Amino acid sequence: MKIFKIVIVLLFGGVLIYCTLDFPSWGDPQAPASRHVSPRYIEKTIEETSVPNIVTAVLADYRGYDTMFETIVIFSAGIACIFLLRVSKRKKSGLQMYRHVPTGLTLRIEEGYGPPPDSRDFERIDLMWVPYDLIVKTGSRLIVPFSQLFALYVIAHGHHSPGGGFQGGVILGASIILFAISNNLRLSFTRISEKLAVLLCGLGVIIYAGTGILCTIFGSNYLDYGALSKILGVDVITARSHGILMVEIGVGICVMAVMVLLYYNLASAGRHDEGL
Amino acid sequence: MIWQIEIIVLLIVMICGIGAIMVKDLLGAAILFGAYSFMMCLLWAIMGAVDVAFTEASVGAGISTVLFVAAVFRTSRRTKD
Repeated sequence: MKIFKIVIVLLFGGVLIYCTLDFPSWGDPQAPASRHVSPRYIEKTIEETSVPNIVTAVLADYRGYDTMFETIVIFSAGIACIFLLRVSKRKKSGLQMYRHVPTGLTLRIEEGYGPPPDSRDFERIDLMWVPYDLIVKTGSRLIVPFSQLFALYVIAHGHHSPGGGFQGGVILGASIILFAISNNLRLSFTRISEKLAVLLCGLGVIIYAGTGILCTIFGSNYLDYGALSKILGVDVITARSHGILMVEIGVGICVMAVMVLLYYNLASAGRHDEGL
Repeated sequence: MIWQIEIIVLLIVMICGIGAIMVKDLLGAAILFGAYSFMMCLLWAIMGAVDVAFTEASVGAGISTVLFVAAVFRTSRRTKD
């Protein structure tokens, strides 16, 4: 049976490799892909949108509908993950683990007891015991703010350099996940709660779709950012560039929230109490 | 373009891909998959698709590895087959 599978895989792989021989060679100017609309994008992007990065202009302006529905796909992925994994019934466990901060002792406290409520010497830790690591915590405290700043730069500077809403949103989400890994899940819920993440992931889609509706209100087609020149007070070409930025911010917020939601649900197996 | 580097990167991509299927330890498979994504990111960069390379580096090598590790942490570390 195993031989049979290998033969099938080799057969299909061979057919696929044989088919790639008919492809136009890489970077061929006579290839169908670079003859149809590409020359127009390359020649006209700067004068129509004033965006030097053609990829961003195509992604958010010329192919705005595609990107909007990509954002909606990511939004639905986050919502589907909640529906699949989220467990609403919380398993009540009487046991609690605390760490006494000045001495580093780990305390196992039975149900009904607890540290004094106003004491800052005790820190709640997970039942699945992980050793306290000063290097990891201090290192992540140094890295997280800079990676968040870099993510904002990637979102805002997507016009001029590689990047944009998707990449920036993923980096922003990764910085929050790094915070959650290096501390614990309970502490990261106090920074970004599940409710806030769900709201943000809807807000991103609303920003994107709302920009399109704003364009129709000011008398042009859906997602034709030139109409925004009336409220932004700039000329039509600059307004298209600003419209791309608004859309990218929406994408970034949505992607960030979905990444955080996926991590919360996977790491705690849907219970949202403690995890990795 | 330095074609030797391209050949080496393609070889590493193949080794990582086959290794991610063959290895019994799922955590190792997740890490091999991250290495695979990073090598694919290098290939995109060699071909001049910088935006795609950026996406591959952040999504493929960054976030998806973390999500795999989180899933392995919550399930089992060894494959049944």
